[in-house]
Amino acid sequence: MISLAGRDILHAWSRFVLTGMGLGLLIGVTLSMAGIYRGMVDDAGALLDNSGADLWVVQKDTQGPYAESSSLRDDVVHSVRGMPGVARAANVTYFTMQVARGALDVRAMVVGFEPGLPGAPGALVAGRRITRSHYEAVADVKTGFAVGDTLRIRRHDYTVVGLTRRTVSSGGDPMVFIPLKDAQEAQFLKDNDAIVNERARSAANPAFNRPGIPGLLDAITDSQSSNHNVNAVLVQIAPGLDAEAVAEPIRRWKHLTVFTRAQMEEILVAKLIATSARQIGMFLVILAVVSAAIVAFIIYTMTLGKIREIAVLKLIGTRNRTIAGMILQQALGLGLIGFMVGKTAATLWAPIFPKYVLLLPGDALRGFVVVMAICALASLMAIRAALKVDPAAAIGG
Amino acid sequence: MTHPTHGIRIEGLRKRYGEGDTAVDALKDVNMQVAPGEVVGLIGPSGSGKSTLLKCLGAVIEPTAGRMILGEQTIYDNGWTLPDLRALRRDRIGFVFQAPYLIPFLNVTDNVALLPMLAGQKNAVARARARELLAALDVAHRAEAQPSELSGGEQQRVAIARALANQPPVILADEPTAPLDSERALAVMRILNQMAAQYRTAIIVVTHDEKIIPTFRRIYHIRDGKTHEEAGEGRAIDLAPAHA
Ligand SMILES: Nc1ncnc2c1ncn2[C@@H]1O[C@H](COP(=O)(O)OP(=O)(O)OP(=O)(O)O)[C@@H](O)[C@H]1O
Ligand SMILES: [Mg+2]
Repeated sequence: MISLAGRDILHAWSRFVLTGMGLGLLIGVTLSMAGIYRGMVDDAGALLDNSGADLWVVQKDTQGPYAESSSLRDDVVHSVRGMPGVARAANVTYFTMQVARGALDVRAMVVGFEPGLPGAPGALVAGRRITRSHYEAVADVKTGFAVGDTLRIRRHDYTVVGLTRRTVSSGGDPMVFIPLKDAQEAQFLKDNDAIVNERARSAANPAFNRPGIPGLLDAITDSQSSNHNVNAVLVQIAPGLDAEAVAEPIRRWKHLTVFTRAQMEEILVAKLIATSARQIGMFLVILAVVSAAIVAFIIYTMTLGKIREIAVLKLIGTRNRTIAGMILQQALGLGLIGFMVGKTAATLWAPIFPKYVLLLPGDALRGFVVVMAICALASLMAIRAALKVDPAAAIGG
Repeated sequence: MTHPTHGIRIEGLRKRYGEGDTAVDALKDVNMQVAPGEVVGLIGPSGSGKSTLLKCLGAVIEPTAGRMILGEQTIYDNGWTLPDLRALRRDRIGFVFQAPYLIPFLNVTDNVALLPMLAGQKNAVARARARELLAALDVAHRAEAQPSELSGGEQQRVAIARALANQPPVILADEPTAPLDSERALAVMRILNQMAAQYRTAIIVVTHDEKIIPTFRRIYHIRDGKTHEEAGEGRAIDLAPAHA
């Protein structure tokens, strides 16, 4: 027996390939959407990995430092270091801002870190580590900076001395690492006008500007412009200890909130990314419905165009099963072409996306199964129409 | 190959459409007998029951009463005697329609070979059979062509080859010459006569076509659901060879 479906596809191949390509682009978009979600989850994982921390100590009753803002005094780290099971602890600041790159600016997450401690940039892909205590930076390659470039954060210029890769915020923004002190200053630093205004306001306030107490006004303006806060303390625990067991005393004694790695992942993936994931889920559903509608429509019209041939095929003794199989195979063939085009398209255009698109083979496989299932479902209407054809219709009235 | 020896016989065939007040008795008393190798005409005015008779013979609608004997086998005796009418149509009845109705996505050979394939023959055997028939019908040179690449006459010859493919004892032809001019119509009739003789097939040709009526040796008139037999002029064999 010959493959009727295959012959029909060959006969109408141009229509088939064009439809398959249209469907393929839809499938490509679908796979990319899934890839964007996977990329977000992976970004979150990379963020946690890059921090090098086992525990995140944050402001009490917040879900900081990534999902909510959190502010701690920078001397908290000393008492955390004294807690049992804590191997190393470091202050860290995070804030997202536009970093000036020449005339343009890039969105980046500025990380203030203490060299050699958790939170410091990991492996460099170019350049060197920060050696001076001020105004040097290590940037993720996605910022577009090269070693030797100058970037501007608030009022200070920083020299890029090293580059990292895949160091991104949970939102996918590339990181710029600068020394903690600089970051503390930058995070809370006001611009010159603000400082001048503030000074003038303080000077005009008789409570602060007391002729009898020299130096008071200076001390006040000083405290207004310097900052001793950080967003979190990153903790590495001693090997072999249970993270929760180390976290619990810190929570109890220091009145701080402490998250383990597992809890942090839960916050990032289940809460921070949840809305985006639902958004993407909606898209996937819509795309699936649209794809199904396209396949159903095409297969249905192709079948209606063959009613006479189907009547003849039935009259000369073709089984219903054979005819249904022919239509089903055509739908699956369309799905196969669509999937191959879609997979190729998604792979080709993934690097062009501004955010990380992670195409997992497992997702592709699942996508393939779903596409085939959708095509099979979509062919039902056409199969029903074909099975209703009366073989007597081939004999004139 | 064993040639059919019995042709087809129809006795007292009746067909009623619908029930009660709206019932239509399309066939009231049809009696026909066509011998192997014979081509008979079936003519009658519009609404006389020609298509109904073809559909009963073609096992796509069920008669109401009577008997139909195909070859050595009674296929209908106040009810179908066979469980599988689809296989009956596939193996034992050939169909030729007003238009060729070839399958557009199969080439000429496979259009013919499809029937033996459906009947379970190996592809190579089915294609060999198809090529043999295409040669007999003088279209062997177009064996690899697509149906859309053939002339109307060539298409109709391929359709006849398809009807013969499983060597049925009977071929039912439904206005096979209606769209053809008189020369081509006569050529088709000549081919049908040749094939009937060569393959010992009984052929029933339903027609309105004045041009081909003189070619029949025997004609069944059907009027108001009843058949009457009469002798025809039988000039088919005298026709000068012409190409469709
Ligand atoms: N499906 C049906 N239901 C009810 N009545 C029908 C049906 N098919 C045909 N008839 C009736 O049966 C009678 C015979 O119809 P049939 O189609 O066999 O005629 P015909 O000889 O083929 O006519 P024509 O030459 O116009 O094609 C007509 O009166 C017709 O109206
Ligand atoms: Mg009719």
